[in-house]
Amino acid sequence: MTTPEDSRYAKSHEYVHVEGDIGTIGITEYAQKELGDVVFVELPQVGTQVEAANEMGSIESVKAVSDLFAPVTGEVVEVNEALADKPELVNTDPYGDGWMIRVRLSDPTEVDELMNAEEYEEWIQTEK
Amino acid sequence: MSTDAPLKKTPLNQTHKDLGGKMVDFGGWELPVQFSGILDEHEAVRTKAGIFDVSHMGEITVRGPQALALLQKTTCNDVSALSDGRAQYNGLLYPTGGFVDDILIYRLGADDYFVVVNASNSDKDFDWMHESAQGLEVDVRNASSEWAQLAIQGPDAEKTLQTLTDLPLAPIKYYRFAKGVFDGANAIVSRTGYTGEDGFEIYVEPEDAPRIMRHLVDLGVKPCGLGARDTLRLEAKMALYGNDIDHTTTPIEADLAWIVKLEKGDFAGRDVLSREKDEGPRRKLVGFEMIDRGIGRHGYPIVDGSEEVGVVTSGTHSPTLKKAIGLAYLPLDKSAQGNEFTILIRGKETRARVVPTPFYKRAK
Repeated sequence: MTTPEDSRYAKSHEYVHVEGDIGTIGITEYAQKELGDVVFVELPQVGTQVEAANEMGSIESVKAVSDLFAPVTGEVVEVNEALADKPELVNTDPYGDGWMIRVRLSDPTEVDELMNAEEYEEWIQTEK
Repeated sequence: MSTDAPLKKTPLNQTHKDLGGKMVDFGGWELPVQFSGILDEHEAVRTKAGIFDVSHMGEITVRGPQALALLQKTTCNDVSALSDGRAQYNGLLYPTGGFVDDILIYRLGADDYFVVVNASNSDKDFDWMHESAQGLEVDVRNASSEWAQLAIQGPDAEKTLQTLTDLPLAPIKYYRFAKGVFDGANAIVSRTGYTGEDGFEIYVEPEDAPRIMRHLVDLGVKPCGLGARDTLRLEAKMALYGNDIDHTTTPIEADLAWIVKLEKGDFAGRDVLSREKDEGPRRKLVGFEMIDRGIGRHGYPIVDGSEEVGVVTSGTHSPTLKKAIGLAYLPLDKSAQGNEFTILIRGKETRARVVPTPFYKRAK
């Protein structure tokens, strides 16, 4: 598994990639594999406030529906509109074109409480 | 389901793992939920061919001079309509009219029947039939461990299977079967399935199954898991025991009146079914599609204001139709086609509409 070193990870399998005060959020490679074929992603709208560890939307695969949790607190500044027509991007490129939302971080130090790539890979092992 | 009991394995367990199957606990059996992905496997069955391991299914043999009498009194379809080499979909019923199980009955001979039942029900079914056989000259035997079952489904199934057997497959019409040698194994080859597509189900001895599956995969038949089996059967509106039917639902409620033959004589549940046929059932299983976004899934309540009036029994994203579909029990007066209703999806009111079924019907 190739977990990008430049992102941070929540135990609920979302990642956040931070540049300046903007965090790009999506789900991990492990999460997309567990879900299987994604058919529908429900995301918060631009302008919404999301809070760390709180529900921010849901993701539906052929098999099941799961909650999405915000890994950090902030205001949604951009939503990946491409997922409305191509939810499968979450499967094919979770860290790239399959990103979900961008938020303006309220508290950049929150990111430090998330796992790094190495810690996340260890966490996955305990989940199996 | 979480128990400490070790998972049961089919003869193809290692084959699935070697082929990259993602294994899950399915009612106590370790089975693959998917190989390449549900959408990919689903499409293979609709356009080419796929292979499913259904060895977890149970097999019960019913033999003796009163074999037919036993089957007639415990089921709602008319087993006397069968002749040798034919199979029938049927309901094993309680006196309440509820399903013990939905089953396939094969007639091997006038006093020799082969009954295929759902995995999780096989012990219950056997006990029920055994008990009902008291006083009858019939031998009921649970032969589940003696058989492996492979389902090869899709428009290319016949021509691919024909390369592995001298048994002519074209003359085996829908819901008929033949015995013969298949890829070196003694087999029952049946033109039946659970996908809404043309295809076969093949019963062989357990040790023959891995070789046959390997050969078929080498011939281009795609390995498929439980995930695709569920989306395929739901598009074809084939009932799943434990979801759409169970001991609390009757064949009339489940929109399976075509397997209820009241004129055949007395059988368990006949009074109840007769009344439901005359007066209409209290509720009815209908097909629906979503109007709002979301998927109504198994167990989600259907509400009318603050009142719960029904329940979703199955729901998924239809890979063929590319929309959300499902089955639900609705009160009879709300079950007409076109009728709109509200499903609570994780607490959120979501609109759906009753539509004609099956959702998918193959071109003949």
